[in-house]
Amino acid sequence: MKRLLSYIKKYKALVIIPFISMLFAIILDMFNPYLVKIIIDRVLKGREYSILNLVLLALAAITVGRAVLGYIKEYLSDLLAVRVAQDLKQDLFDHIQSLPFSYFDNMNTGELMSRIGEDVDNIWRTIAFGLRLFIENIICFVIATSILFYLSWKLTLFCIIALPPIAFLAMQLEKKIGQSFENISDHNAVLSTTAQENIAGVRLVKAFSREKHEILKFLELNKKNYDLNVEQSNIIAKYFPPMELFTNISIVLMISLGGILVIKDNISLGTLVAFNGYIWSLIWPLRMLGWLTNMLAQNNASAKKIFKILDLEPAIKDNEACVTTNTIKGDIEFKNVSFKYKEDFVLRDLSIKAKSGSTVAIMGTTGSGKSSIINLIGRYYDVQEGKVSVDGINVKNLCLKDLRSSMSVVSQDVFLFSDSIEANIRFGKEDATEEEIKEACRIACASEFIDELEEGFQTVIGERGIGLSGGQKQRISIARALVSDASILVLDDATSALDMETEYELLKNLHDKKNKPTTFIIAHRISAVKNADQIIFLENGHIVEKGTHSELLEKRGKYYEVYCEQFKDFEQVEGEVV
Amino acid sequence: MAKNTVKQDEDLKKLSNKEILFRLSRYLKPFKLKVAIVITLLIFVMGCALINPYLLKEAIDKYIGDKNIKGLLIIGVVMLSLNYIAMIASRFRINIMASITNKILVDIRHQLYSHIQKLSFSFFDNRPVGKVLARVIGDVNSLQELFANSITTLIPETLTLICTTVMMFYMNYKLALASITILPVLVIGMYIIEIEGRKRWQKYRQKRSNFYGYVHEDFSGIRVVQSFACEERTSKNFHDLLDDLMESFLKAVKLNDFFWPLVELSWGLGSVIVFWYSVKLYRTGSITIGTIVAFTWYITMFWRPIMNISNFYNTLITNFAAAERLFEIMDIKPDIATLENAVKMPKIKGQVQFKNVVFGYEDGTTVLDNVNFKVNTGETIALVGPTGAGKTTIINLISRFYDPNSGEIIIDGKNIKNVELDSLRSQMGIMLQDTFLFSTSIKENIRYGRLDATDEEVIAAAKAVSAHEFIMKLENGYDTEVNERGSRLSVGQRQLISFARALLANPRILILDEATSNIDTFTEKLVQMGIQKLLYGRTSFVIAHRLSTIRDCDRIMVIDEGKIKESGSHDELIKLGGLYYDLYMSQYKFLNEGA
Repeated sequence: MKRLLSYIKKYKALVIIPFISMLFAIILDMFNPYLVKIIIDRVLKGREYSILNLVLLALAAITVGRAVLGYIKEYLSDLLAVRVAQDLKQDLFDHIQSLPFSYFDNMNTGELMSRIGEDVDNIWRTIAFGLRLFIENIICFVIATSILFYLSWKLTLFCIIALPPIAFLAMQLEKKIGQSFENISDHNAVLSTTAQENIAGVRLVKAFSREKHEILKFLELNKKNYDLNVEQSNIIAKYFPPMELFTNISIVLMISLGGILVIKDNISLGTLVAFNGYIWSLIWPLRMLGWLTNMLAQNNASAKKIFKILDLEPAIKDNEACVTTNTIKGDIEFKNVSFKYKEDFVLRDLSIKAKSGSTVAIMGTTGSGKSSIINLIGRYYDVQEGKVSVDGINVKNLCLKDLRSSMSVVSQDVFLFSDSIEANIRFGKEDATEEEIKEACRIACASEFIDELEEGFQTVIGERGIGLSGGQKQRISIARALVSDASILVLDDATSALDMETEYELLKNLHDKKNKPTTFIIAHRISAVKNADQIIFLENGHIVEKGTHSELLEKRGKYYEVYCEQFKDFEQVEGEVV
Repeated sequence: MAKNTVKQDEDLKKLSNKEILFRLSRYLKPFKLKVAIVITLLIFVMGCALINPYLLKEAIDKYIGDKNIKGLLIIGVVMLSLNYIAMIASRFRINIMASITNKILVDIRHQLYSHIQKLSFSFFDNRPVGKVLARVIGDVNSLQELFANSITTLIPETLTLICTTVMMFYMNYKLALASITILPVLVIGMYIIEIEGRKRWQKYRQKRSNFYGYVHEDFSGIRVVQSFACEERTSKNFHDLLDDLMESFLKAVKLNDFFWPLVELSWGLGSVIVFWYSVKLYRTGSITIGTIVAFTWYITMFWRPIMNISNFYNTLITNFAAAERLFEIMDIKPDIATLENAVKMPKIKGQVQFKNVVFGYEDGTTVLDNVNFKVNTGETIALVGPTGAGKTTIINLISRFYDPNSGEIIIDGKNIKNVELDSLRSQMGIMLQDTFLFSTSIKENIRYGRLDATDEEVIAAAKAVSAHEFIMKLENGYDTEVNERGSRLSVGQRQLISFARALLANPRILILDEATSNIDTFTEKLVQMGIQKLLYGRTSFVIAHRLSTIRDCDRIMVIDEGKIKESGSHDELIKLGGLYYDLYMSQYKFLNEGA
């Protein structure tokens, strides 16, 4: 709550003005029943017709005043809430973006979405009217009670008898319904995740002909949703009508007992009618009590979740004295690096040296730690032992932004945004010229198929690039990496879906590129790694072989085995050709 | 729902409101009796509420005026019992109503979901998941509001309004007329707020959908964002979208906040008029004080329904848009469906034939141009060719994800158009290019291939594809959760798991679309040995770019520009010296020349 206040404090005027408007509106409101009493007692019963116009004028003035104040109060509260929500959302977004990969490894997108959506909106709502209503109700209640006691303490005491049950029921209702709302919202999340996965994986569902299974699974959740909703209605049915009843009881009590008091000449008829007006100011706050406390509780829960994220120190962040440089050449060195992911060692005592402009190829079995090497260069994770340095500087001492912007990574998991091809490529360099984009596409062997598309570079590609083949998606993501002309290029199994000829073409283009970047290639095809300056063969996080193509062939080790598997009948073909 | 990015607002074609209303009302039909009960109960409860002010007037005029304490107490008791009965009726009403609306909701959601399952690939090709999801969850939820409100708000509020008016006119028509003089001002004011406001809220909702679409994508692609060090740029985009969103909200709210002040103003000024006029009438002796007091109560009861109805109108319009979007999807006919007189596909032997097949994903484009081939039972076929040549398309057609524009696809002598889809696909093991895993345990992901498989069978499948070893290394073995889309595993590991899944289905025809492209050569070899025995005698189709994967296939078909250019065994094609030879030699060339 305190943290939230610091967000609100920025907009002092938007807090003070609505509050003052509210106060004045309430005060004006309290005059209303009193004026009615005057009309009945003095004008009607006392026949002082001359003051009628004055009283009516006052009533009209109060009405106008309340309307104006009411508008100011509502709009400015909304404005305040919007500004606070806006700040919160921006801070959350920026902060989430700064968190390291390890955070996202265990986090579903949906969960992050509900922080920035639902939770901030809860706070938004509370500030927009929850808090205001809460204060308004307390003030109303206090003033109304005082006036009622002033008018007739006897009648007030009688009427109050019915009030505690109202408050009790209201609290109970909210307690139960709050729980039920939570259940429904949790279940809705399950429902929505299930549907989301189903739709995202629709091709798989169809491939296995699992439509019926999916429908039944959903139907079950759907029915549970029904049960939860009906349960909630039962709670409402249990508590709401009695609340209504007690409200009416207190009015009946007021009329009957008040009537008796009038008959006994203890109070005037006008007082009784005015009573009728004030008593609502007493009942409404009580009825809303439960709802409001629940809202505040929700607000607190949401605030906690939000600040929990904001408090997360990014495990990987700039060193205080980090070195800025915009001329990274691309000399990379791994020195006795060991790296643990969770509990297990992924890399052990690994040393690699790559000169600027050279090419390092990494081969190895699935899960042997190939991608981890690459993640360490861009400092997406930190090493446990040893050090990784770029241009002789430990990456821990380089400014993250400089390090990462001098590096282009094409990951094995191609992710394209649902936008035009051009916008996707431009993601690599915002102010890229048309020539630069075209050149990147040429190197990535993407120009041809893009030109064949009806709308060319303006073709909108779907979420995760659906609508394009795997090879096409890979080439666009390679073009995206090339356009920035970074000094370090990483291709993490990024050519796996390309046919041999295209891959050959692409690698050749890369090789002939001006300002050739230091390149890391992870691949499984000999043809993709063969011409690297050094080839590293990984097994269980260890380097088992290292050298050039011909060196490794001579060694007759693992690399040679792979070579034979892939080219075993080449000699034979060669014989036929030559 | 056109294909669109997150930055574009969605446009809708218009169904007429009448049509929507008609289609919605059909859902209420099965509950006719219950709806009638609800309405009866509502009227009763309302009647009780309406009598309260009248009894108040009686109390003031007759009993307080006449100093009749006994009569006053009797009225009190009458009011209490009426309210007590009203409470019980309310309880019934709420319970019945909840069961009706929620049953309808389950119905609609089920229908929609089932319908979406039936839609073909072409429907999903161009639509972001989020936007389809918004239909299934968001739009259906807004219908709940619609059904609940239309019965519990519209009907009783309209009745309250009518009854209040009648009561007022019954008690004193002159005063009644005076109290509604302010009404036109209120109605016009509200009309403006509603009409203009609706446009603004619509704008806001569009902006909101764009905003969340953007955030969702940014978070899903966070690794890309970070690796390009683009945080500042995306943060700025976010800022602009957020700004758009909030400004559109403020614009809407600026108008909307006039609502309550306007109501208070009309109510307050209405009261002033009533007082002024009633004092005048009182002086001529034509009304009593009780009537005046009762009138002040009635006025409150008169404004409230007007407010609620106009509020309801607002949600109605919003929810109509939701209903429209739902019906739009429900009206899409799946391109691929089981024909009416389709027969069950018997156990597939594995003979596959393409006869003059022509196909294009969109009108006017041709991907496959008159393709003919025949595959015999037990053959392993490799499809080779440049990216975009149509390899995946052939596979999509065998699985009947799309229907050919012309020509026939025949399996075991049966045109696959004439068999039940379910019986066809359940006999195929398809591994798609885009490996998809559900965010559940590894075990459950593999089991998806055959839902009744035992744990042992699951493990056996994993062992066959050499996935067992790495799975056992994970902290919870087969019970390890793989996260969204399997993101905690490497792509190669995901491929192995989805391979195990396809294997578990015990398919009669196996289709592997670049299924091993991210698996290293050693593991791939182990996989091949592992599955050889299991799949002996079954027809399989393989798309791959690695020579070692292709070479051992019985037959290789080279596809280029939508046509089968060459077909034969590895040796035959090498001898032929055509496209395959060139393709093959490109590796070789690369080996020698170097780049």
